[in-house]
Amino acid sequence: MTRPLRQAVGAHYGWKDWLAQRVTAVVMAAYTVLLLGIALWNGGIDYALWKVLFAHGAWKLATFVFMLALVWHAWIGVRDIWMDYVKPVGVRLLLDVLTVLALVACIGWTIQILWGGK
Amino acid sequence: MSTLDRPQPKPRPVYLNLVAIRLPLPGIVSILHRVSGAALFLFAIPLVLWAVQASLASPESFAALQAAFAHPLAKLLTIGLVWAYLHHFCAGIRYLLLDLHVGDDLAPARRSSMAVIAVSLALTLIVGVRLW
Repeated sequence: MTRPLRQAVGAHYGWKDWLAQRVTAVVMAAYTVLLLGIALWNGGIDYALWKVLFAHGAWKLATFVFMLALVWHAWIGVRDIWMDYVKPVGVRLLLDVLTVLALVACIGWTIQILWGGK
Repeated sequence: MSTLDRPQPKPRPVYLNLVAIRLPLPGIVSILHRVSGAALFLFAIPLVLWAVQASLASPESFAALQAAFAHPLAKLLTIGLVWAYLHHFCAGIRYLLLDLHVGDDLAPARRSSMAVIAVSLALTLIVGVRLW
């Protein structure tokens, strides 16, 4: 009986992070260009237009997807900074945890803004 | 030949004096990519979330926010973060292109890093002038 060869070393998450960093970047760039296009098309954004825009279900979803991409992107980037400059493992773990908590809180905040009612 | 006859490897210079190191242009773009990313994480994310929340709450809070951002210090901070976003954006596009092997020879890579610095500064200037 033959079994597939097992990878003996490495967690193999490096390439996934590399790819995620690029995919999330493209998502955020697309949202940025879209928002800029809406602003230029309408010759600026006043309160009324801003309200109408954020009342749209599609825009809420697009904004939510943007924020998910941003948080994922920021996690990889900030984690890399801690990995490069913070050598003591305990301190780095603490910073990692604080980073994750802050980013998860940002997602909660985003949900409150988008679907918080009123 | 025994190991003793082998020429000793020259001691390599360990030279990490950050003030004395002269980074090539692509290196400057790279470290600015990191610095701008850190600034966006620390300042732009909470500030923009707060601003969007306030701007959507009521016409009064929208107006109050506009008034708050009319302060010169707020404008300076905004211009700084706009630069961070633009630099991160332009440098990011350059990295995506390099990944696709577009312009990854030495000369074009130097030119494109110059372009990233110039375009993000020029766009920041346009936004800054409009803001002020």
